[in-house]
Amino acid sequence: MSDVMAGTPEGARGGSLLEGSARTKRRRAREWRMKAYGIGAIVLSLSTLFFMLATILMDGVSAFRQATITFPLTVDAAIVDKTGNRNVEEMAKVTTIGYKRLLSQGFVAHLAAAGIDTAGVPEKDLGDMLSDDGPARLRDMVLADPSLVGQVVEVSVYATGRIDGYLKGRVTRETAERDTNVTPEQLDLADNLVAAGLLTMPFNWGFLTGPDASDLRPEASGLGVAIIGSLYMMVLVAIFTVPVGVATSIYLEEFAPKNRFTDLIEVNISNLAAVPSIVFGILGLAIFINFMGLPQSSSLVGALVISLMTLPTIIIATRSAIRAVPPSIREAALGIGASKMQLVFHHVLPLAMPGIMTGTILGLASALGETAPLLLIGMVAFVTNYPAGPFEGGVMDPATALPVQVYSWASRSDPAFIERSSGAIIVLLVFLVIMNVAAILLRRRFERRW
Amino acid sequence: MSVFLILTVLGVLALAGFVLSRQRAMALVGGDARRLHSRPQYYGWHGAIMAGVPALLFLAVWQIAQPMVIESRLEGMFPAEMVQDDSARTLLFADVRRIASGLEAAIASGAIGADEAAALDAGAVRERLAATGVALGADVLPETLAAAQEYRGLATVGALWRTVLVLALAVGGLAYAIKATGPEFRARNRVEGVVLALLMLASTIAILTTVGIVLSMLSESIRFFGLYPIQDFFFGLTWSPAFQGNSQLGLLPLLWGTLYITLISMLVAVPVGLFAAIYLAEFADPRVRSVVKPLIEVIAGIPTVVFGLFALVTVGPLVRDWLAVPTGLGNSGSSVITAGIVIGILNIPFISSLSDDIITAVPQSMRDGSLGLGATKAETVTQVVLPAALPGIVGAILMATSRAIGETMIVTMGAGAAAQLNLNPFEAMTTITVKIVSQLTGDTEFNSPETLVAFALGISLFVITLCLNVFALWIVRRYREQYE
Repeated sequence: MSDVMAGTPEGARGGSLLEGSARTKRRRAREWRMKAYGIGAIVLSLSTLFFMLATILMDGVSAFRQATITFPLTVDAAIVDKTGNRNVEEMAKVTTIGYKRLLSQGFVAHLAAAGIDTAGVPEKDLGDMLSDDGPARLRDMVLADPSLVGQVVEVSVYATGRIDGYLKGRVTRETAERDTNVTPEQLDLADNLVAAGLLTMPFNWGFLTGPDASDLRPEASGLGVAIIGSLYMMVLVAIFTVPVGVATSIYLEEFAPKNRFTDLIEVNISNLAAVPSIVFGILGLAIFINFMGLPQSSSLVGALVISLMTLPTIIIATRSAIRAVPPSIREAALGIGASKMQLVFHHVLPLAMPGIMTGTILGLASALGETAPLLLIGMVAFVTNYPAGPFEGGVMDPATALPVQVYSWASRSDPAFIERSSGAIIVLLVFLVIMNVAAILLRRRFERRW
Repeated sequence: MSVFLILTVLGVLALAGFVLSRQRAMALVGGDARRLHSRPQYYGWHGAIMAGVPALLFLAVWQIAQPMVIESRLEGMFPAEMVQDDSARTLLFADVRRIASGLEAAIASGAIGADEAAALDAGAVRERLAATGVALGADVLPETLAAAQEYRGLATVGALWRTVLVLALAVGGLAYAIKATGPEFRARNRVEGVVLALLMLASTIAILTTVGIVLSMLSESIRFFGLYPIQDFFFGLTWSPAFQGNSQLGLLPLLWGTLYITLISMLVAVPVGLFAAIYLAEFADPRVRSVVKPLIEVIAGIPTVVFGLFALVTVGPLVRDWLAVPTGLGNSGSSVITAGIVIGILNIPFISSLSDDIITAVPQSMRDGSLGLGATKAETVTQVVLPAALPGIVGAILMATSRAIGETMIVTMGAGAAAQLNLNPFEAMTTITVKIVSQLTGDTEFNSPETLVAFALGISLFVITLCLNVFALWIVRRYREQYE
């Protein structure tokens, strides 16, 4: 026995058994290094994830508050209703330019009356602190209710993107020096307005409900159209994919004979799952828009394209849910005389339903974030009109989608849109979290271990 | 009758078919369901199917065929040279349809009387329609207007026949179903046969999608290669589209950008993903694993546009200020390395999840054997587990590569738009997907090589990713070790 020990290189070791030899140390070090690499990789990827989410949250959270200037305004009949008839059709001839004048005059007058120091800010620059969105809203308000003319109303007008940015720390006096859209004096005045309680930062409902606005008015842009567009698309995608996906899965799992045709379907499904999403966009453009003549930018075309993309995911999830139903159930049903079709629709499908629902929700969640194919079918267009209701052909109207809005805001030059873009991501992520949590709860609640 | 109205009527007829057939079946056996061949609701379903399905199919075929038939009949109204060219023909008929639907809308809104619409001449039609809010592009030729009038006439007649035939078919089906209903009638077998056919039909959609992808891209690519020499596309070294013509549309700079970014992303994703998978599968405590694994997979659930914004706003400036400018290699906010790193992060969960599954699938007995011989865990992993899992891991890496090649949003927002053949990873470069997006967004005309090139790019991308995926599957099948 000692001979064997002597034959190994390790036999030459001296000293205590309690101390490892150099070779053991090397081997242990290697073991330790491999663990360290593993932990390092995990820490690296998770910290990147958290870093990414944190930067987006930090950039985007401020989009939910909006600098708003509130002051009493006399709706001057001399400007908005020259004839004095309170006739809406005649009043509609006054454009937003007139209302802009009304707003800035009212603002200047109120500043003087409230005794706020406007030193160094010319009168024209005072009015320019109000968003161009304000006149349009005031006009809509007055035209909707002509009795307001001549009265004093409390108006809340967005401050311009630069003033907003100043209160959020994005614009400083140094950048204002070089900026043609804002002066440092205006920023001083903004401080005074905050102190006087005229300039506040309320929750920005307009960001969630309003339509998109042009490059020059980041403060007025909102996600309303995008949320409606995404909602329409998700509902349509569910309507298109669930029946087709479930039918395909049932056929392939329960009925399909093993032949070339079935193999062809299987190969196609697994390949479609790996086709780059942009290729589906090309397909949508060529077939649904150019060949079938469906309207560009509509949620219907978006939903059709996304459905084709999501179908493989849903089929794969449904098939595994169907496969998880144990053979004993099938044998029992067949044993008491059910036909194959009755077996599937009365027993297998209800038992597989929770799994199918979970898979569908997860498939829809990934569909909600899909962007690239929607760019090609024109959903990146600038849409300021809400689509009509779902039963009035709203799915044929131009719309955008949440992820596309993120992209189109990110590609605009004003840094205020980066904040909006991050804010849109927060909204998108909230929807995704809700869908994923729903899927998890559904799985927890109904999951069965056979 | 509009299509929507027809569908509603069909729905009502199908419902009637259900109720009537079921009632008749029950009445024929005096309310004793046991004397029927099938259970009563199958007779009902048979009635509904007979009333609804043939009529629906007929309606669908009619909707597709009617415009084609009308167009081929109208073709004779134009001089031969106007309809010779394929694209000119498409535009011409688009005009005809627009005028026809404009007139229809104007009549429906009461702006033009039906007689007046029939008597309009080509000079006046544009202003008349503009006054009612229908905008027409160019001036209207007399032939076009005549064709549009004819189109309206034919479309009206077509719609009438459509309604009559569809409804007749539905009523006929309903009558047949009620007549066929009887105690001996095997309703269940009939209904199940129809359902099976529907299931089969649904499963062919996957094939139709693939066929649609290939055909749509192939036909437009062939048009492109008719306008632009094929060898210049595949071997051209310059990409400089110019919308006044004379563009140089070489694939190679785009392919180079794509492959370079993919390479960098794989340099990030493969080591990180693989080490994470090894740790989670072989070393980690089950409790740690149950927390960390879903967390890593969260990365895969985040939309790519979020990563795109991250690349644009955070990674790009970081790389520029801390790497590119200090080393003097570049000063661009968007660069190959930015896009590569971010795509790499996106692909980490893909590689780690797939590799994890594959590593866990290696039988425990092999690990036990190795550990029993005195190997450390690390030695077991590198010398026993990884070789056994290698084909699967290579497959996973190839699939991740194909995903990186097809990734669009991150490169659109983070890699830039300059097509160049350059080795410097801090320069902005562009990829196939970016150029597909930029050539196809906005107002596009489908006649110029600058637009059609996107379809050629698309089919190249499709072929590359398809080959990678097929290759990955082949490797997995060919080299998979069969245990147990």
